[in-house]
Amino acid sequence: MSVSTSTSTSAGPSAGRGVPWVVVDSWTMTRRELAHWARQPVQMVVGLVFPVMLLLMFGFLVGGGRGIDGEYVEFLVPGMLALTMAFGLEATMTAVTQDLGKGVIDRFRAMPMSSAAVLVGRSAADMLQSAVGLAVLAGVGLLLGWRWHGSPAAALLAFALLLLLRFAMLWIGIYLGMVAGRPELVQAVQILVWPVGFLSNAFATAESMPGWLGAVVEWNPMSATATAVRDLFGNPAAAGPSWAGDHAALLAVGWPVLLLAVFFPLAVARFRGLGK
Amino acid sequence: MAISVEGVHKRYGGKPALAGLDLEVKSGTVQAVLGPNGAGKTTAVRIMSTLLRHDEGVVRVAGHDVRTQAPAVRARIGLLGQHAALDEGLGGRQNLEMFGRLNHLGARRAGLRADELLDLFGLADTGRKPVKQYSGGMRRRLDLAASLITEPEVLFLDEPTTGLDPRGRAEVWSAVRSLVGGGTTVLLTTQYLEEADQLADRITLIDAGRVAAEGTADELKSLVGADRIVVVLRDEARLAQAARLLPEPAVDADSLTLSFPVEDRMAGLALTLRVLEEAGIEAVDLAVRRPTLDEVFLHLTDRTDAAEVAA
Repeated sequence: MSVSTSTSTSAGPSAGRGVPWVVVDSWTMTRRELAHWARQPVQMVVGLVFPVMLLLMFGFLVGGGRGIDGEYVEFLVPGMLALTMAFGLEATMTAVTQDLGKGVIDRFRAMPMSSAAVLVGRSAADMLQSAVGLAVLAGVGLLLGWRWHGSPAAALLAFALLLLLRFAMLWIGIYLGMVAGRPELVQAVQILVWPVGFLSNAFATAESMPGWLGAVVEWNPMSATATAVRDLFGNPAAAGPSWAGDHAALLAVGWPVLLLAVFFPLAVARFRGLGK
Repeated sequence: MAISVEGVHKRYGGKPALAGLDLEVKSGTVQAVLGPNGAGKTTAVRIMSTLLRHDEGVVRVAGHDVRTQAPAVRARIGLLGQHAALDEGLGGRQNLEMFGRLNHLGARRAGLRADELLDLFGLADTGRKPVKQYSGGMRRRLDLAASLITEPEVLFLDEPTTGLDPRGRAEVWSAVRSLVGGGTTVLLTTQYLEEADQLADRITLIDAGRVAAEGTADELKSLVGADRIVVVLRDEARLAQAARLLPEPAVDADSLTLSFPVEDRMAGLALTLRVLEEAGIEAVDLAVRRPTLDEVFLHLTDRTDAAEVAA
């Protein structure tokens, strides 16, 4: 057995033609996730179908057996889009915990690759998956009669706000995944994500709830995104006359930015600290 | 020197994992680092392979400082960790190709290298299967292939055969032997003395985060005397009784065996027979032999002044 060939590595800052290694390596890491989808199409499809199922369930339940209530669908679809983005936290956290547990992160860290690519590749792949998820859910919404009534630009801005929320959840997921480090703790977080997701205005208006609960719901980052997105789509709004309701667009940008400002540096520090 | 470790300390939350470790490995040789669980073997490998930062001391691998020149070190090493560092969801070939790209071989060469290594490790037929369907031995071979993508100058193997059946172990051993033929420096940690004896040019025995003894297998064996008398007893009570009567015995309760070093084989045998007969202890077997590394190991790690033996 012989293991010699004429291979050698280059450790320079760029991969030729001015492309930095961080970009090339990040793309390799993103492709890795895409390959996972191709390998496990069922898992991928289940991930896409789950929010669709929730949408149909709530649509029919609240429609009271009369079939889908058109007005409620207009209200529900933007809420479900926001909820799906928030639940993305679990997927990111699970994937990060698995990588850490399997030791594959160690191999990445002992190679001459850009170490940032591990996290950049993870975010790019998760954002791609979420964008596909949004498209599928919005498509089903359209079939059920949901429409956007504003300009295409406003609709695009709404999708951008949804992805911004997902991006914030992504970095919370990366951080919590590294802190948890064990599948059991991931389950605990999954259980906590549900009440946070449902204590929002995704399914019902804050006005319809008792005062204290309504306040909690209004200040939930997910509610801010849902309300701002409803405004942009021209769908019936959930917000009553309150500060949080009047400034939903501001909060829909402010919350994710604030969460990113906290969790992005925490996640990066935690990742760098793997060698401590 | 392919590896030089000087006075390395590492503490985890106040508890010392390494307490002044020194190690020198010449290029193109195989060095075994031997020690019980918790001796600091894995910590040392993680520090040498840039995965962990040490608190004190200097570590140079393949001519570069692991702390200040980590990227240069990473471009020159391969690492086989204790647990398979593979993407279980991908196929064997996909794994190797991905690691090739991340080692900056470029897409085309990463693909060629992946095929080459799959052939070399007898995995060509299973290259498309997801790794989670691989057997333990196949997984280990793929893991080893992944650590050889760049033909490293220095290869770290952290307990490479732990958990493998004898066949898997033989496969890993033959792969390591062929690597050394190609000029790679290998540092392997192991709990198996036989493995160190079989593969390594030199052996470093570590205990409690520092070197207990260092040398070739023969040098280490001579540390505990040239010959040993080996006595097998019928039961644990007789074993304990004999251990009290004979000088400096190394006792292995599992095999009901005790052994002790002697200057003169015949005098040693005569003494043993007399002592056992006087005490009325019946021996199952009695023999004279060269010490094994196991005894060196027990001898050195049992003693509190182990570090002085090395000095």
